[in-house]
Amino acid sequence: MAKIQLNGKKVLFKSNCSLFDLLKKYKLTNKKVAIEHNGVIVPKINYKKINLKNNDKIEIVHFIGGG
Amino acid sequence: MKKDIFKVAGKTLKSRLIVGTGKYRNFLETAKAIKASGADMVTVAVRRVNILDKKKPILTDYLNPKKIILLPNTAGCFNSDEALRTLRLAREMGGWKLVKLEVLGDKKTLYPNMIETIKSTQILAREGFKVMVYCTDDPLLAKELENNGASAIMPLASPIGSGLGIQNKVNISLIIKQSKVPVIVDAGIGTASDATIAMELGCDGVLVNSAIAKAKKPILMAKAFKNAVVSGRNSYLAGRMIKSHLALASSPFKGLI
Repeated sequence: MAKIQLNGKKVLFKSNCSLFDLLKKYKLTNKKVAIEHNGVIVPKINYKKINLKNNDKIEIVHFIGGG
Repeated sequence: MKKDIFKVAGKTLKSRLIVGTGKYRNFLETAKAIKASGADMVTVAVRRVNILDKKKPILTDYLNPKKIILLPNTAGCFNSDEALRTLRLAREMGGWKLVKLEVLGDKKTLYPNMIETIKSTQILAREGFKVMVYCTDDPLLAKELENNGASAIMPLASPIGSGLGIQNKVNISLIIKQSKVPVIVDAGIGTASDATIAMELGCDGVLVNSAIAKAKKPILMAKAFKNAVVSGRNSYLAGRMIKSHLALASSPFKGLI
């Protein structure tokens, strides 16, 4: 298991899983989101290429109401 | 008469009213108010996904980016780095290069930090973003933004969410006169007539959020704003009569019995 920090919360996730798998788990694959992996913005085409490691910091953001 | 076209950052908009999507009671009300407003561009904020509730609907379930232009903003950012991070994420999210920059400087007034704002505008413009910039109503700083690549100047009418309307018409007019890019009054609009005043001054557009979302009947207020902006624009294009300090009778004196 990999211990990751997802949107500020500690989350346990299977090792050797990709960012795409993470999105799948949270039912976000069809939603408009963007991912930051350890402070670096990940282009969508790389979601399947990047695997989660212990202590990774992930931010998943989306659009919310705002002025 | 030449057709009155509103073009901002290369996009032609049907409405000169841009609306925010914050502070509504729910997404359905947001969607209905946007429809009633006739706006074809709406602002959105960038925040963390709620990972604890997978089934909760999200804003983009209710807004179709194919039908409406989403304008990501940096609301809540207090320095250049935070604002740049937010907009780069927004670009990755939807491929948008058109963004609204706002770098705040003070928590009580939400006044923009213009030093950080100018710095960010310059960097974003260099990265190919089309930046619409929230700013103070200072004409010199507005010019500075334009010189640094801003696609639209968005001076505040009064503090964000205050509903106080345009506090400095003279400054807004000076900014309109000098600007080669669109000027859109952003923040502080309280009611429909405030939007009309902005348009009569010659603004290219108005951005409204709280005045609609916080009205007792937001959908009706959205409609009021739609008409207010059209009226104000027409009034500006028509050119108002000259003011006089004395009366000038409307009926002729000749033939008076």
